[in-house]
Amino acid sequence: MLHIKDLQVSVEDQQILRGINLDVKPGEVHAIMGPNGSGKSTLANVLAGREEYEVTSGTVQFNQQDLLDMDVDERAHAGIFLAFQYPVEIPGVSTMNFLKSAINAQRTARGEAELNPMEMLKLLREKTKLLGMDESFLKRSLNEGFSGGEKKRNEMLQMALLEPKLAILDETDSGLDIDALKIVSDAVNQLRSPDRSFIIVTHYQRLLNYIVPDYVHVLYQGRIVKSGNKDLALQLEDQGYDWIKAEAEAALAQ
Amino acid sequence: MSDSMQTLEQHTQSDYKYGFSSEIDTETLPKGLNEDVVRQISAKKNEPPFLTEWRLEAFRKWQEMTEPHWPKVDYPAIDYQDIIYYAAPRKKPVLNSLDEADPELVRTFERLGIPLEEQKILAGVAVDAVLDSVSVKTTYKEKLAELGIIFCSFSEAVQDHPDLVKKYLGSVVPNHDNYFAALNAAVFSDGSFVYIPKGVRCPMELSTYFRINTANTGQFERTLIIAEEGSYVSYLEGCTAPMRDENQLHAAVVELIALDHAEIKYSTVQNWYPGDKEGKGGIYNFVTKRGLCAGAYSKISWTQVETGSSITWKYPSCILRGDYSIGEFYSVAVTNNFQQADTGTKMTHIGKNTRSTIISKGISAGRSNNSYRGLVKVGRKADNAHNFSQCDSLLMGDRCGAHTFPYLEIENNSARVEHEATTSKIGEDQLFYLQQRGLSEEDAINMIVNGYCKEVFNELPMEFAVEAQKLLAISLEGSVG
Repeated sequence: MLHIKDLQVSVEDQQILRGINLDVKPGEVHAIMGPNGSGKSTLANVLAGREEYEVTSGTVQFNQQDLLDMDVDERAHAGIFLAFQYPVEIPGVSTMNFLKSAINAQRTARGEAELNPMEMLKLLREKTKLLGMDESFLKRSLNEGFSGGEKKRNEMLQMALLEPKLAILDETDSGLDIDALKIVSDAVNQLRSPDRSFIIVTHYQRLLNYIVPDYVHVLYQGRIVKSGNKDLALQLEDQGYDWIKAEAEAALAQ
Repeated sequence: MSDSMQTLEQHTQSDYKYGFSSEIDTETLPKGLNEDVVRQISAKKNEPPFLTEWRLEAFRKWQEMTEPHWPKVDYPAIDYQDIIYYAAPRKKPVLNSLDEADPELVRTFERLGIPLEEQKILAGVAVDAVLDSVSVKTTYKEKLAELGIIFCSFSEAVQDHPDLVKKYLGSVVPNHDNYFAALNAAVFSDGSFVYIPKGVRCPMELSTYFRINTANTGQFERTLIIAEEGSYVSYLEGCTAPMRDENQLHAAVVELIALDHAEIKYSTVQNWYPGDKEGKGGIYNFVTKRGLCAGAYSKISWTQVETGSSITWKYPSCILRGDYSIGEFYSVAVTNNFQQADTGTKMTHIGKNTRSTIISKGISAGRSNNSYRGLVKVGRKADNAHNFSQCDSLLMGDRCGAHTFPYLEIENNSARVEHEATTSKIGEDQLFYLQQRGLSEEDAINMIVNGYCKEVFNELPMEFAVEAQKLLAISLEGSVG
């Protein structure tokens, strides 16, 4: 589904990613961990097509398409979804109006008919209920005045509505209490399916208690320095990142 | 070059192409302004002596005044002796069908959702008198007449209702109020007149069905609206279709009078030629708009969406003289390329328990400058006056400017005055967020801008609001990235 080969990325002439290689197959859940500043969020944003990041080398294939050649909205239409670390507020735009526009824009791009208002309302009600949200939420301005937990829940609602092929969660767990964490992980677990993949970027292991990943990768100084299964995350929780850093630096010194 | 600019340019060329200025016109006075010209204008319009005198008085005062230079706008000096002050209405070139009109212009009409019949009239297509729009117009005129509502051109009002004109003309904006208002008083050509009798609620938005009539009004337009005790009227001015005019200087005056318990809602959508990409050739719009809440519990509400003109100098204001009267100002002003806007309002609290609300939303793009200038004045006797002002500026790109000049003059300690102001940039973050969810860049910008303007659009009559949203989208095309 997703093939990242030797991906190198700079921001304002500073190199952040120094050659990432990663393969994600349909249905897999990959966790990307690493200390602060290792390039985790950069990877998530580059895949979604954020402009400030300059790809200096490497390729990214997504379902046989050259992802790096596509605009942000085209990537969304192709099935890439980014759950933001800091969802932005857009005053005066109702959440309902935004969700309708997003759903219909994606449907149109895929050559499907737009949902009529009744179908739309039914879908929105069904999914808000699924996420244990109150419908009054839909009438509020998009993310404006939302608490941290509400913003993240809104991200999960969007994910459930847009049914992406690849969902990337960028530190979705940061700043969440245990209840909100449960909501995020329940949403992901409900959406896990054989043809949907996830990349979960996180600093802490605790989210992975609820979302069990197939693979765990450790990013350090712009490279994946270690990969393993869920046990690697537990080991990191136990021992911190220092041993990884030491290993990586030793490897570099050779 | 953005589509809207192309449309406007082509529209400009199309006027030229069809020989707009080649008509021989015998009803035109020579260039320049003097007492004789003022007298001749009055004579050509067969005006009663009081009006001729009023014009002359305005002209004499105007001669002693100087053009104001305090607005934050910049333009070359205007030669007032190089302007023709009277020309009989010119005939638009007549086409046989819309197929002959400029396709770009027709495309813009379609995008704005302007009904086909109106498109034809705006494009200068000959319209058969039995068409629906015309009969609708007649039906409504009859209905208004039954209720005693007068809605006619200013010239007609001067002939048919001279007493009303004499009583109210200049009662809100005196003929020497300011430089441009004095000029208008001396030479105004025509405009609209509305009179709503006591207790009558006007059953329709005035000029929704008539706005085509106002599409070709002149350079010095004058509007007078009188709402008698307990009456209500909603008046719509302007048109979302791109308007090209060979007159560069426009100096209109609008006077509103609301008596006890009366309410006037005045909505404007202005989309005059803003000039080319270098800002050349656009219209200078120097307007004086003022409403007098003369009676207790009266209410005047101004709503404006300003996207056109190269220079806008405009401060729709309210004088709150009646106790418990209410003044409101809702504004969206968009400037792009080299446009300059200095706009805002004045709320003058005189009566007791008067309230005013100001919501101003400026949007600057390109290399334009957009200023909000507002005065809230609370007089000595205006006990318990309350004002709320909110002035927001949205910047698109980094070569444009937004400025806010709020003035307060408070002479009564019981006044409550609240002011909020924000300046924000249309965020890369916001655009990225919306595009990541599948919206195109254009749709994403529209969604952000419409959200920003929502409080103002909510005040517009429904169909006007829909057109205004589309107009905003076209005005801002290509302004990010």
